Amino acid sequence: MRKGTIALVGNPNSGKTSLFNALTGANHYVGNWPGVTVEKKEGFFEFEGEEYHVVDLPGTYSLGAFSEDEVIARNFILSEEAEVIIDVVDANNFERNLYLTTQLLEMGQKVVIALNMVDEAEKKDILFDIEALSKKLGISVVPTVATKGTGLEDLIRRAVFVLNEGEVVKNPLRYDEAIEHHIEHVEEFLKEEQLPFPLRWVALKVVEGDQALIESLLESDLSEQAKTEIRNFTRYHSSDNFELEIIDTRYRLTHEIAKGTVSRPEIQKITLSDTIDKFVTNKFFGIPIFAAIMFVVFQLTFVIGEDLLGGAVASLVELFGGWLERFLTLVSAPAWLISFMADGVINGVGAVVEFVPVITVLYLLLGFLEDSGYMARAAYIWDDLMRKFGLQGKAFVSMIIGFGCNVPGIMSARTLDNKKDRMITTLINPFMSCGAKLPIYSVFIAAFFPEHGGIVLFSLYFLGILIAMLMAKLFSKTLFKGESSYFIMELPPYRTPGAKNVLRNMWDNVYGFLKRAGTTVFAVVTLVWVLAVLPGSVEPYSQHSILGQIGTFIAPIFRYAGFGGWQEAVALFAGLPAKEAVVGTLGMLYAGQYVEEGSMLVNALQQNFTSLTALSYMVMTLLYTPCAAVLGTVKKETNSIGWTLFLALYTFAIGWLFAVAIFQIGSLLGFS
Amino acid sequence: MLKNLLMLKRGDTGKVKLIDAGKSATRRLYEMGLNTGAPVTVVKNDAGPVIVCLAGNKVALGRGLAGKINLDIEDNGHA
Repeated sequence: MRKGTIALVGNPNSGKTSLFNALTGANHYVGNWPGVTVEKKEGFFEFEGEEYHVVDLPGTYSLGAFSEDEVIARNFILSEEAEVIIDVVDANNFERNLYLTTQLLEMGQKVVIALNMVDEAEKKDILFDIEALSKKLGISVVPTVATKGTGLEDLIRRAVFVLNEGEVVKNPLRYDEAIEHHIEHVEEFLKEEQLPFPLRWVALKVVEGDQALIESLLESDLSEQAKTEIRNFTRYHSSDNFELEIIDTRYRLTHEIAKGTVSRPEIQKITLSDTIDKFVTNKFFGIPIFAAIMFVVFQLTFVIGEDLLGGAVASLVELFGGWLERFLTLVSAPAWLISFMADGVINGVGAVVEFVPVITVLYLLLGFLEDSGYMARAAYIWDDLMRKFGLQGKAFVSMIIGFGCNVPGIMSARTLDNKKDRMITTLINPFMSCGAKLPIYSVFIAAFFPEHGGIVLFSLYFLGILIAMLMAKLFSKTLFKGESSYFIMELPPYRTPGAKNVLRNMWDNVYGFLKRAGTTVFAVVTLVWVLAVLPGSVEPYSQHSILGQIGTFIAPIFRYAGFGGWQEAVALFAGLPAKEAVVGTLGMLYAGQYVEEGSMLVNALQQNFTSLTALSYMVMTLLYTPCAAVLGTVKKETNSIGWTLFLALYTFAIGWLFAVAIFQIGSLLGFS
Repeated sequence: MLKNLLMLKRGDTGKVKLIDAGKSATRRLYEMGLNTGAPVTVVKNDAGPVIVCLAGNKVALGRGLAGKINLDIEDNGHA
C-alpha cells in the first residue's frame, strides 16, 4: 500500500541524484514524463512498515518557465500528487540553492530541506546553525551527506512527519511595496475565479510576466473579464522588469536567512579544485589534457572490456552455443530449429552479448568523468573552438553524451537556449560514435588491428568529432544562420564520484543494451534469418535466398567503398533498427559459409575484408544513418518529419562519401 | 567605476551593477546569483569564457556575455 508521494527538488549538482539513489536503493525505474522525452526517475522506500513513493524531478536553478525541465518540475510540484517536497540544498552554495526554496515556499508547498554535502562545507569552514535556520525558514532542515547515507533516516522521518501532520508554512517573502501593490491588484480580479493553483502564486506569476502560466490561464475557463484584465495588465507592464526585481527580492531573503545562521571564513582557501582547474582549463593545456583523458578512456575500454573480459564472454557464448546445438541434435529437434538457434540466435544475439564487457567499461568511465565534474570543464575548454564552428561549449557536452548513446545526446540539446544551436547540435550528434557501434569496431579491430586497438578506436571517435564540427560549420553558414546563444555554466568543485551513482548509471545503460539485444536485435536477427533461409528450394544463406537477392541488389553502391559483397550490404541495413545488429547479422551470414574452430566471426571477416576495406566499413558504420531510436527522438524533438528524413539521408551520404574516399585514396597509396 | 567583465583581470572584484544582455540571458544570470549587488571575483580571463567566483562557487560566462556584465569596481588604488 502506497502511503504517500515525495518529490525531490534541487539545483543541478546539489547531490539530488545521490539522494534519490540512497533513498530508493534498488527499487527504482526510469521512464518518461508524459508527452516529452525528459527522463522521469521514480522509486520507493519503506519506512515503519509503510511504502513511500519518490519522484526525482529534473535538476533546475529556478521554477520559472525557462526550460521544459523547469515546467515539468513546476507542474509536478503543483499537482496533487506531490504530497511533500524534499528540497536538496547544496551546503556549499547555500544562497543560490535557497533561491529555489523561496520559490517552493511561494508555491505554498510542504517542504523539508536536505542540507546536503555538509561534510564538504565543513572542510571549507562553512558552518550552519541548523536550529536557527529551521526557525527562520519555518521548515525542517536536516543536514545530510547523501553519498555516505548520513542523515537519511532523520530526513525520512521528518519528511514522513510533514507529509502526515505538517502544515503549509506561510510564505515569509514580501516584495517591494510597488510589486506587492500589483500582486494585490491581480489577486483582486482573480479572487472570484476557479484557479488551479494558489491565488497569491498565480498573481505573482502574472506580475512576473511568466509566459507559460499566462498562456495557460488565457486558455483555461476563466471568466472573459478576468482574461481581459490579465491581457491588459501584461500589455500595460510589458516594459517593466518586475521579474528582475522579484529575483533580487528572493535573493535578499536568502541573504537575510543566511545572516547569523551560516558562518563562512573571510578568505576562501585555495582548494584542490582550483589547482586542478588551473591546468585543466588552461588555454594551452586544456585541449591536450582532454584528448589524453579521452584516449585513456578508449584504451581502457579496449584493454579491459575486450582483451581481458570480452574474450571470456565470447568463449562462454560459443561454449553455450555448442551445448545447445548438441542438446537439440540429441533430442532430434527439427533441422530448421537447430539452424535457427545455432545460426540465428547464438551467432546473431550472441555476437552482441559478447560486447557487454566493452559497453560496461565505457559507461563506467564516462559516468566517472561526468560525476567527477570534469564534463563542465570539457564544455568550458571547447567553447571558444565550438564558436568558430558556429556552436557553443554546451553543445560539446551533448556530443560527449552522444558517445554513450545519441538518444540522450540529442535530448540534452534541449539545454541550449536558441533554436539554431539546438537544431545543429541535433543534426550532428549521430556522428558521435555511440556505444552500440563499439561491437562493430571491436570485432574488426580484433580481426585486423589487434596490436593497435586503442589508437584505431580513438581515431574513429576523433573522425566522428571532426566531421560533426565541419557539418556544424556548414549548417551555421547555410541552413541556420545567426548568433550562437550565450554560454553560462556552473563549474562545480571536483568530487570523488560516488560508487553508487556511477554503478547505477552503468547498470541502467547496460540493462538497456541487453534489453535491446533481447528485443530489437533479436527481432532483426530473426527476420534476417527467415529471409536468409527462404525460399526453401535454394541453399540457405546463399546469394539465391531472398536476403541474398536484396543484398545483391543494393551491394553495387558500396563497390566504390571496397566492400561490394551482399552480406556486408545487408548487415548495414540490418543496423538501421539497432546498430548492434550489424555484427549479429555478419556473424549469422558468415556462419552459413564458414564453420571453423576458434573465433568464427573474426576468421570470416579476415577472409571477406582487407585491412583497407575493414577501415572503410568501420568509417561507414561510424557515420551512416543512425538507428531507429535516434530517428524517433529527432522526430519528437524537432517535431518535423522533414528534418528527420533529412538527417537519415545526409548522414548516409556522408558515410558513403568518406568510406569511398578512404578506400580510393588508400588504394592509390598502395594499401590493401 | 563601471567596468565590464572583459576589462578585468584575475583577482579583480566588484559588485554586479548593470547587465545589458537580452531578457532571457539576464534573467538566467540573475537566477544564478549574478543579480544586483552580488559580489564577484574574476578567477580567469585570458582565452575562452571568463570564470568568475560567486559566493565561493565558479561560474563560466561566454566572452560575448561577459562583455555585457558591468561591475561596480571599488577604487582601491591598483585600478
